[in-house]
Amino acid sequence: MQNNVLDYLEGSLARVPDKIAYADDEVQLSFLDVKRIMDSVGTGLLNRGCKREPVIVFMKKSPNTIATFFGVINAGCYYVPIDSEMPATRINLILDNCKPRVIICDESTVEIAEGFDYKAEIVLFSDIVNTNPDMDALALVRKKAIDTDPIYIVFTSGSTGVPKGVCACHRSVIDYIEQLSETLGFNEDTIFGNQTPLYFDACLKELYPTLKFGATTYLIPHSYFMFPIKLVEYINEHKINTVCWVVSALTMISAFATFDTVIPHTLRTIAFGSEVFPIKQFRLWRAACPEAKFFNLYGPTEGTGMCCYYPVEREFADDEVIPVGFPFKNTEILLLKEDNTLATDGEQGEICIRGTSVTLGYYNNPEKTNEAYVQNPLNTAYPEIIYRTGDIGHINEYGELIFHSRKDFQIKHMGHRIELGEIEANVNLVPEIKLSGCIYAKEQGKIVLYYVGDITEGDLIKALKTKLPRYMLPNKVNRLEEMPFTANGKIDRVTLSKMYNK
Amino acid sequence: MNELLEILSDLHPEVDFTTEKGLVTGGILDSFDIVSLISEINEEFDVTISAAELTPENFDSAETIYALIKTKLDDED
Repeated sequence: MQNNVLDYLEGSLARVPDKIAYADDEVQLSFLDVKRIMDSVGTGLLNRGCKREPVIVFMKKSPNTIATFFGVINAGCYYVPIDSEMPATRINLILDNCKPRVIICDESTVEIAEGFDYKAEIVLFSDIVNTNPDMDALALVRKKAIDTDPIYIVFTSGSTGVPKGVCACHRSVIDYIEQLSETLGFNEDTIFGNQTPLYFDACLKELYPTLKFGATTYLIPHSYFMFPIKLVEYINEHKINTVCWVVSALTMISAFATFDTVIPHTLRTIAFGSEVFPIKQFRLWRAACPEAKFFNLYGPTEGTGMCCYYPVEREFADDEVIPVGFPFKNTEILLLKEDNTLATDGEQGEICIRGTSVTLGYYNNPEKTNEAYVQNPLNTAYPEIIYRTGDIGHINEYGELIFHSRKDFQIKHMGHRIELGEIEANVNLVPEIKLSGCIYAKEQGKIVLYYVGDITEGDLIKALKTKLPRYMLPNKVNRLEEMPFTANGKIDRVTLSKMYNK
Repeated sequence: MNELLEILSDLHPEVDFTTEKGLVTGGILDSFDIVSLISEINEEFDVTISAAELTPENFDSAETIYALIKTKLDDED
């Protein structure tokens, strides 16, 4: 039985060693290249005494970064991707949480890494990649591999201002890749066009099926996502047939009438998720790509990427919402009501995940882990952990799961999962701030911040840039003389929303 | 031009848009910004920017963006 994600590489290496596995505008790696890098990086880490521990990968988005992830796994360790777009405060919180001994950098990040408050050994990719591989030592690590050992930690927004590190093991990722590949029909001819950053779980959809099938992934340069015609031309030029993108990347193309000029005619599988796809935009896509299959995907990072899928086949009315659909094989969705009994007959309940796809928990954070990774309340006979998503949903008349709302102040903004509380916590760290309240204007897709304090909007944004990642920065900032409160003394978000909509 | 500068500084209050010449090439505007910018321009000036006009060159400074808006306004006359 396969118990290590890297076993995926063996078959592809035997069949198509020289085929391009991962490529961007600068670097192209064949499966053989991936294997070489992975063995050198793995040996380099073993030589440094690394063993079942987190290794930070702080490199720009590149095929080399992906091969380095595999190198970390090859040493029996787990990778923690961080990115130069993350502000220093956030990176320091992540380092404090993981306490890594080694940080792998490239030329673009090494200077930033040397400036971190947290001190670890900084290793350059260009050095470690020249390590002489010790195949015996690597084989020994693989022989002792356990499929419940972690392979990565990715950090997600935390409502108290401290990001949470979701830790996933081989078994969960293998389960996910098998179910996703079967459902979406990936194979050796699949050519992925990657949009999502490498420091989230979203990129698992491309990275591992590429290894498994001997497929190809192109990392599309970030700047193309501003210029839709260039983007579609890139898709056509590279004969990309499969994309798994956030909804906003797809609607950016359709909303600017790009299809009047150019059609992405090679696309056959279009998967999207993380947000609601406006039906009007969806129709434009379906009309432009009649041969493509469309899938809505749903799932939290804690459920190893995606755990539900919906093939969009029937017609939808303008005001209808595309369902979240059905759980992947080997995953069950429990809809739990507040009294922890199952919702029935279209009742609403909290979406809870049961199965191998549930990840290990939040790294070094038992308190937060225990809040969300809980004993299945329907099972009192033996230990069984389910993950409570905090999403509220119901089953419609077709038996499809429909996402309804959140239990808390978590939002989805341009495909990113954000806790409004984390933004407020960081605003409140700015010395001049007395009070702050954050709302999400869903229709306009804007994060709106209101604050009371002796600082201009511009200076506040400047201060926030050192604390929050770009996608969490408020789109509108408004200074108030007084903050509105509810009767029981909480910041009145309803009034704030009304103020914005005026 | 002032209306445009206002829209821009709403997006990035910390940037001086009267002098900045590398909005796209310098990585100041990202795809989120471009999308909101286009819809704000549409509301404020009643011009629709097409995909073909969405190029790095047209969006690299307040001046080039304003030039694009003006051409579109003149075309309508």
